[in-house]
Amino acid sequence: MMPSASPARAAGPPSTPGFGAAVRARRTIGLAVLVGLLAACAAASLLIGARALPPGEVWRVLGTPDGGEASAVVWSLRLPRTAIGIAVGAALGTAGVLMQSHTRNPIADPGVLGVAHGAALGVVLGVFLLGLTEVSAFVWLAVAGALAASAAVFAIAAGGSRGPTPVTLVLAGAAMSALLGGLVSAIVLMDHASLEVYRFWRLGTLAGRPLDVLWQVLPFIAAGLALAAANAPGLNALALGDDVATALGQRVRLTRATGVAAIALLTGAATAAAGPIAFVGLAAPHLARAVAGPDHRWMLPLAAPAGACLVLAADIAGRVVRGSGEVEVGIVLAVLGAPFFIALVRRGRMIAP
Amino acid sequence: MTPAAPPAPAPPGRRRALRAGPLSWTWRPRTAAVALLILAALAGLFVRALTAFDDYPMGAADVLAVLAGGGDRGERFVVMELRMPRALTGALVGAALGLSGAILQGVARNPLASPDTLGIGWGASVGAVLVIVLGGGSGGVSGAAAQFGVPAGAVVGGLAAAAAVFGLSWRSGVASTRLLLVGVAVSLMCANLVYWVMTWSDLQDAARAQTWVTGSLHAADWDRVGVAAAALAVLLPTALVAARAVAALGLGDDAARGLGVRVDAARLGLMLCAALLVCAATAAAGPITFVALAAPQIALRLCGAAEPPPLTSALTGAALTLGADQLAAGLFAPTQLPVGVFTAVLGAPFLMYLIILRHREARL
Repeated sequence: MMPSASPARAAGPPSTPGFGAAVRARRTIGLAVLVGLLAACAAASLLIGARALPPGEVWRVLGTPDGGEASAVVWSLRLPRTAIGIAVGAALGTAGVLMQSHTRNPIADPGVLGVAHGAALGVVLGVFLLGLTEVSAFVWLAVAGALAASAAVFAIAAGGSRGPTPVTLVLAGAAMSALLGGLVSAIVLMDHASLEVYRFWRLGTLAGRPLDVLWQVLPFIAAGLALAAANAPGLNALALGDDVATALGQRVRLTRATGVAAIALLTGAATAAAGPIAFVGLAAPHLARAVAGPDHRWMLPLAAPAGACLVLAADIAGRVVRGSGEVEVGIVLAVLGAPFFIALVRRGRMIAP
Repeated sequence: MTPAAPPAPAPPGRRRALRAGPLSWTWRPRTAAVALLILAALAGLFVRALTAFDDYPMGAADVLAVLAGGGDRGERFVVMELRMPRALTGALVGAALGLSGAILQGVARNPLASPDTLGIGWGASVGAVLVIVLGGGSGGVSGAAAQFGVPAGAVVGGLAAAAAVFGLSWRSGVASTRLLLVGVAVSLMCANLVYWVMTWSDLQDAARAQTWVTGSLHAADWDRVGVAAAALAVLLPTALVAARAVAALGLGDDAARGLGVRVDAARLGLMLCAALLVCAATAAAGPITFVALAAPQIALRLCGAAEPPPLTSALTGAALTLGADQLAAGLFAPTQLPVGVFTAVLGAPFLMYLIILRHREARL
């Protein structure tokens, strides 16, 4: 997913201290474990569901769709939500790393940039003004809202005399989020038809999304991942502080702009596909940092599978936890993931960016 | 009058000290001037709230007559039972939120730290929304449940969330990064519980819950004024004295210890103070969003201070909330939107303007 550059190719800034064999081994093993976990989660996501299908049957219809009931279940229900879950989780995990590093704030998740609320405003306006009710019709509106919101945040944060700094980015983003959230509240309180759609959309779910939704958002996610990969060496330099990075020949403004564009594309696409899923963008970077240390060329490739694993595991848990009915993935992530995250924080396994 | 001086000698000839017995503060003319300006704006908003709030215009003279004990029954009712409690609740709640935000941001040294991100506001929402949705049935909450159940649920939920955050982040001391991370996790959990609970109910209860979660002054009465006033009367002086430790904490734990600050006790006391302020405000008006985050940052930038000045933040919060409530009541006249919608609509552009205007990098 991300080019895991060799340590010899360290671009400009001095490399991470303690780059011994032990660190390299831990990073490689961590990446291998995460990819293995992701494969296991994907397999479980195809096998587990309300309708019990034997594993052999699932495997058979996966290879040769026969138009039968099992084939329909696998191809139209389980495969799309698994694929969308992986894409959304990887996007949110990557965006979370970028967000926490660019704002130098351990509690910033990608939503802080106003992206989630921008997408929400797009959806609510679509219902309120155009009377839309179909999930796939929201995708473009959500992406447009997310991109517009984050562009505005970047412009405001860059408006000061010293360009966008971590503090101005966070504050402009929080202000923009609150402003857009206020507008969304105003609309759904005046128009109950919008509230009816919005109160379910904002939970965040992978269910009921056709594979078309994935094809619609995949170009945005691919572009975002490419920008994130290009951003990694620059982020290592920015971690030393803006002044030091400038002295090292880093073009701070360009690096920030690249990072914000990547965050907007990744989070906007993920929110459009699955609704505002919180917690992944917060937790995945901390998990990746605990394994990889502060080198972004390793954190980014580790955070992507970590995010995907979190989303898939939560989605599976939501399917089995309540028998026939389902609990939405966003709820499961926050309610079951938060205690897990708190336990990790308490054990001191987390380090601040 | 920013109580920002650590108990260290001030640079000679630069700042004058204000002393009262064992306590001392640094005298900062710019902060005092900004505080007076905001106080004047607050007074103007308060007068407007009493005279021209809804479609029953009364001159300032009529209102003064009512306050002096005159006026007919209708006028007395409008001023004393509708406008006065609402304006007072708005100002007191806004002040409590601004003050709590100033304390939390100063202690955590993070501009995102606010009651919303630390779980207190959303914990209160879980309590209140559970009462609304489970206690409501289809006819809506009424009687005792509406009068006491929802605020009581809010206080219980908010205090439980605050206790959980403090307890879970205590590990032979409270490090602020750990506290923030635990707070955000609890906050996300509570927020998603609220969203989930709101999908169980019918649309009427969901709308009612959404109004409450946004924060509203519609139901303001003298009981709520009492709650907020009592909390501020006790906690504002406490916070002003305790906030003197904030500047020392900002130098790092070791330096603060060297200056004679008991670091963990100070941090815990300040956080507890902020949590109680938020719980009182939430019981009175619901979790009005954005005030606690924005008011300290606006005050900080207006005063050119290094950390949020507590008193000025409280005044800014009060002015922001009162102004937002007048927009909420007047803008879509027959429809009364909750005040929480407009705190962001009013405050966010102003904060963004200050961010663009600012020439000096603030520490927070």
